[in-house]
Amino acid sequence: MNEYSRKMIKVSDVSYLREQDADKLPVLDVRNLGIDFGGLTAVDGFSMTIGPTEISGLIGPNGAGKTTIFNLLTSVYQPTRGSILLKGVDTKGMTTAKVNKLGIARTFQNIRLFNDMTALDNVKVGMHNEIKCSFFTSMLHLPGYFKAEKKANAKAMELLDFMGLADIADQKAGGLPYGVQRRLEICRALASNPSIILLDEPAAGMNPSETTELMHQIRRIRDTFHIAIFLIEHDMNLVMNVCEGIVVVNYGKIIAKGTPEEIKNNPAVIEAYLGRS
Amino acid sequence: MKKILQNKTTRTNLTTYALVTVAFLVLQALSSMGMLTSSVNGYLVPVCVYIVLTISLNLLVGVCGELSLGHAGFMGIGAFSGIVAAALLQSAVPNGTLRLITAMIVGGILAGFLGFLIGIPVLRLRGDYLAIVTLAFGEILKNLIGNMYIGTDAKGLHFSISASKMELLEGGTYLIAGPKGATGVEKLSTFSMGFVLILFTLFIVLNLINSKEGRAIKAIKENRIAAESVGINVTAFRMKAFVVSAFLAGMAGALFGLNFSSVTASKFNFNTSINILVFVVLGGMGNILGSVISATVLYLLPELMRGLDDLRMLLYAVVLIVVMLCTWSPSVKGWIQCVCDRVKGLFHKPGKEAVSNE
Repeated sequence: MNEYSRKMIKVSDVSYLREQDADKLPVLDVRNLGIDFGGLTAVDGFSMTIGPTEISGLIGPNGAGKTTIFNLLTSVYQPTRGSILLKGVDTKGMTTAKVNKLGIARTFQNIRLFNDMTALDNVKVGMHNEIKCSFFTSMLHLPGYFKAEKKANAKAMELLDFMGLADIADQKAGGLPYGVQRRLEICRALASNPSIILLDEPAAGMNPSETTELMHQIRRIRDTFHIAIFLIEHDMNLVMNVCEGIVVVNYGKIIAKGTPEEIKNNPAVIEAYLGRS
Repeated sequence: MKKILQNKTTRTNLTTYALVTVAFLVLQALSSMGMLTSSVNGYLVPVCVYIVLTISLNLLVGVCGELSLGHAGFMGIGAFSGIVAAALLQSAVPNGTLRLITAMIVGGILAGFLGFLIGIPVLRLRGDYLAIVTLAFGEILKNLIGNMYIGTDAKGLHFSISASKMELLEGGTYLIAGPKGATGVEKLSTFSMGFVLILFTLFIVLNLINSKEGRAIKAIKENRIAAESVGINVTAFRMKAFVVSAFLAGMAGALFGLNFSSVTASKFNFNTSINILVFVVLGGMGNILGSVISATVLYLLPELMRGLDDLRMLLYAVVLIVVMLCTWSPSVKGWIQCVCDRVKGLFHKPGKEAVSNE
């Protein structure tokens, strides 16, 4: 694991990058992002950089605007101010689907699986743009269809196996236990072959042993697929153990940025979030 | 082969194909032996038409989850463009079957194209609003055909939307004469072609459902936001479902139009759309085999009860309610299960249990 040192260096005045990512193009470069809902400023002046293989965390009290930031990054909302550069490309005005094709995949705070479909089919939906098969080929079941479908099945099973879900491949997603559904959602997001994956409270509703397992899986995802991970989480144990860089938001504004150690000792964070002891 | 049959969807699909084929062969045999009355013979093609319409609407309503109330409009477009195409090709293509196939393709393409044009504004809407707007477009299509005059004479094809402007030379004939509709249509449709169209529709729809496209369409129905988040272009896939559905409805319409010597536009009204929707809902949303069965039974039922006069629609309504209760209400389902168990208990034989438990 020494390939991934946890040493962070400061980049310009807005962000941190992991040392080995310093000379690479950041996967996500957010500058001065902000959104207003009517008169309410939900997010303001949000800037950060995420390196190509970084695990970073977004924390903050309830209603701080964390999920809104995720929705901005995935173009569910269009920002009022600021810009998002995904691998150097400005995502302004793009649809969620387009942004996904460019390389952002996500999971949801309230799980959004396709409940009536099997786990395998859920993953195959995730692979939608990876399966090269035209409309008429699939409508008429030309030979190309069987080839593409066979390949898709193999890849989907591989992903399910990677997340430890191979044995539930044929079960309907809606009937799976909560923790399994969360992992299946990550699996579906991975299937779209992203460069960065956004996890919205991946450990919510999990017991401590499941959370520990999830921590290993998050690292394993990064080490295997060499992608960046950006996660919202309330479980401080997970955040402090897994994340290399952490951003703390409150009332839509960044109040602190840094390594887990720095965040733990930051007076503003303690005041707003961690609580005084 | 055994491995293929283990897959549940494949098994269901093969059952559907097999059931349709067996039903066709039996009916065709009965028909050729003269064992069917002429009225039953007359229902064979319309049944095929309604099965195709139900399957195609099920793709839109059941699989894609978009409620459309204008399906009869596309059927009408298919019917009249099919009639015109068949009449124009009379000399060029003497073979009736070939002409019918061409007419169906023309009807399908025109209906699909109109579906695309209508889809551009309509598919910006969702749910109830979509239903209302498709209802309106269905009526617009019906009225458009009902006010259209198309005729041929020595100078060629004439088209107008007012009767006074149509001046055909001597010997010219009206193919579509406004509210009077098309008269003197050559009956080209056969039961066999109806069967072929059903197979074609099943092939298209079942293949679509079990492919990448079908999964995307199902995903949009189940969770739009999640579908978008994995890179599915929601608008494009709703449009694809809409166009394919309209295309198949147009083909069915052409088969329908060429089955009667005269057809008027008023046939393709709101009532017909609702009837097809009833077939879809009672057959089961997204259940293709269910669509085939419900379209057959529910189309034939009121026709075969014609002898009962006024009681006919009353009984039809009662049947609809009973079917709905039996398929949806948990208490009625439980009660049926209970009765079934009792009946099984009466005929209980130890040897048979193992078979039924398998």
